[in-house]
Amino acid sequence: MKLVIINYGAGNIKSIQFAFKRLGFDAVLSNDAEEIKKADKVIFPGVGEASSAMTKLRESGLDKVIPQLKQPVLGICLGMQLMCRSSEEGNTKGLDIFDVDVKRFSNAVKVPQMGWNSIQGLKSDLFKGVDENAYMYLVHSYYAEDTDESIATSFYEKKYATAIQKGNFYGVQFHPEKSGKVGEIILENFLNL
Amino acid sequence: MLTKRIIPCLDIKNGRTVKGVNFVNLIDAGDPVELGKKYAEVGADELVFLDITATKERRRTMHDMVLKVAEQVNIPFTVGGGISSIEDVDDLLHCGADKVSINSSAVKRPELINELSQKFGSQCIVVAIDAKKIDGQWKVHLAGGSIPTEIDLFEWAEEVEERGAGEILFTSMNHDGTKGGFANEALARLSELVNIPIIASGGAGTVQHFVDTFTKGKADAALAASVFHFGEIPIPDLKKELQQNNIEVRL
Repeated sequence: MKLVIINYGAGNIKSIQFAFKRLGFDAVLSNDAEEIKKADKVIFPGVGEASSAMTKLRESGLDKVIPQLKQPVLGICLGMQLMCRSSEEGNTKGLDIFDVDVKRFSNAVKVPQMGWNSIQGLKSDLFKGVDENAYMYLVHSYYAEDTDESIATSFYEKKYATAIQKGNFYGVQFHPEKSGKVGEIILENFLNL
Repeated sequence: MLTKRIIPCLDIKNGRTVKGVNFVNLIDAGDPVELGKKYAEVGADELVFLDITATKERRRTMHDMVLKVAEQVNIPFTVGGGISSIEDVDDLLHCGADKVSINSSAVKRPELINELSQKFGSQCIVVAIDAKKIDGQWKVHLAGGSIPTEIDLFEWAEEVEERGAGEILFTSMNHDGTKGGFANEALARLSELVNIPIIASGGAGTVQHFVDTFTKGKADAALAASVFHFGEIPIPDLKKELQQNNIEVRL
């Protein structure tokens, strides 16, 4: 199986590569459109700020490539948020794969949300073998609104989408690569989709 | 619900774990990678590696260690100690660190916080503050607590939040190494003053101290070293007790 992690200069992607290595898979880092298209599975990571990440995607032309992919794609954290229609962060237009908008938590709660939160309403094969209310590691100031595309939700200030799916596109707000054994189960499930 | 976090801190010197009691008398407590893996298995929520090496080889040994930890440990970890530039942070994040912690370098040049949070995002910038209560005033201290300043803890905390810190790690020099409990009064005031998470550090000795720092101290996370390293408080037991006290934890 050929597994590609899209490398567009967005933050720390080594952890994701290491997590797959622990599962026995060598993931390739690439920003090459052809190599990404040929992969069996694609990881779309992202840490950092939305508008500058979108600028990097546009500069490399990957903003056109990603929405056309046919194989399973997993967006993680900011990767998931960029797959949405828009983000309040830097007033950014996203890849518009998910019909979901991304908003900022209000100051009624501490921002960023940092730490382990439970996930509920688990719907897809991505969560096979994962218990309701399992804890996942999250670090984020912006959240995706809960819609009928949600395949898991969490609660922080309000109920929000902590995982989203539309066709072959999956997005998770949490960091499976940093979420202990449960995170590893989710990554393994993604490889088995 | 977002849980309260339990964070073992590993002081690192020349690639080995040490723990200072009141920041002196260092005792060797093992290999950081093995210790980190063990902590991840028993339910630690995060790890902090604090490098206190002062030799020229410091950068390289730290990078090697961070790479090994990132390879083998499946929970988030923060690296601190001697970080003073964008390049330092870039290197550590590329080796697989999730967050970096800055301390004296931020006091010396506060713009560093802005620069780092703009470049890497607030979520990976932890500002560590060592402070000591002197004549009723909490004063920030530098260089592992050895150099006093006239800076007020609470004013500094507000400033680091404004400059883009994602989290504050507050160590009370009065409590550190005493095993007499955390500085809950100052912690509660900090937690109400700023809108970013606060990690309590310094003074952990019993399970009740953790209960108190999450309830009375309103801390978001609690950090400790020797009580974990020497097995005085096993993390699974600690978390069960916290849960029995109606404190949300990851079990």
